[in-house]
Amino acid sequence: MSEYLVVFIGYLLMNNYVMGQTLGLCPFMGVSKRYDTAKGMGMAVIFVITLASFVTWLVNEYLLLPFGLEYMQTIAFILVIAVLVQIVEMALKKMLPVLYQALGVYLPLITTNCVVLGVTLDNASAEMNLLMSTFCGFAASVGFTFALLLFACIREKLALSKMPKWMDGFPGALIAAGLMAIAFKGFSGLSF
Amino acid sequence: MAKKQNILSVFLNGLVTENPTFVLMLGLCPTVGVTTAGSSGLGMGLATTAVLVCSNLFISLLRNFIPEKVRIPSFIVIIASFVTIVDLFLQAFLPDLSSALGSFVALIVVNCIVFARAEAFAFKNSPLLSIADGLGMGLGFTGAITILAVIREVFGNGTCFGVSLMPAAYQPMAILVQPVGGFITLGLLLIVVNALRNLASKKSARKEAA
Repeated sequence: MSEYLVVFIGYLLMNNYVMGQTLGLCPFMGVSKRYDTAKGMGMAVIFVITLASFVTWLVNEYLLLPFGLEYMQTIAFILVIAVLVQIVEMALKKMLPVLYQALGVYLPLITTNCVVLGVTLDNASAEMNLLMSTFCGFAASVGFTFALLLFACIREKLALSKMPKWMDGFPGALIAAGLMAIAFKGFSGLSF
Repeated sequence: MAKKQNILSVFLNGLVTENPTFVLMLGLCPTVGVTTAGSSGLGMGLATTAVLVCSNLFISLLRNFIPEKVRIPSFIVIIASFVTIVDLFLQAFLPDLSSALGSFVALIVVNCIVFARAEAFAFKNSPLLSIADGLGMGLGFTGAITILAVIREVFGNGTCFGVSLMPAAYQPMAILVQPVGGFITLGLLLIVVNALRNLASKKSARKEAA
């Protein structure tokens, strides 16, 4: 049990995919202008990455490894993710329309979120079992959402403040993200 | 003659006017992630350029055969195939660069620049123009991330492409080669680029008025 806790805290703080490994920056900069949209995106990402970690583990173990097709991982995984996102979108629309209304617009964007592919490729090269692999996906996506929500709060404040003209918008946001990354850097001293 | 002009303008559009990094703000992950040393910035840029040119060419050649409805999955397969080729090529011939870039090579698949050019340009234009667009965009990206990488390497490590540059007494700012440095340097660089663009547009406005 304790190893799950270590993985979870690791992906949340020390090895956060956004702040520590700089993946998933497009949605991180793109949908963090408002807290509500950030929340919707975050939930959709948690849902898709957890599911994708589960499915890509099965694909890798039963389809790619037995036939020696490891070099096809990138192609296979991105296809699985694209198909999965499409299926999730259709299933939600049909079965859980309320949830679909909340997450629907964010789902197509997730295919090109590099955290999804990054997590699944990392999982495959780490050779974990199915449960751990799925859990790693879950923890990594919670870490992504955590950073995204914090950053959205900062940017909502930032939008209200008077910035010098030359720093307004993207440059200011990037520097704010950098300062946030310093805070996350501080956690890297944590060890268990 | 008119056509030649066209190819040149498409090329320059990607290189300068719509520079993917400084103007369109696409492909941020490798921009911040791999620019810790000049060589990896340049390598990443060229790898992306190779994928971009090949995928643009093939998507443009196949644009009359791919049905509109399944174009996104088709793009993904074409792009992913070329990324795999580039990845295997780097592993075989440039193992040092390959290990420095890590998983970022595989992640070219989800680089928004490649995808956006396929959707916005290659699917609508002739193969020749698409190659020009891929080259322009790719080299624009390469130039931008190489500049960023060199700045970070010089101040963060005291070297430039591995050659020691700073005097021995120089204490490198190690924070610059951390993700933190990537965010902040890119932010500062954007301020400079925006200022230059403002200046240029003011100058051309004045020229028109005169």
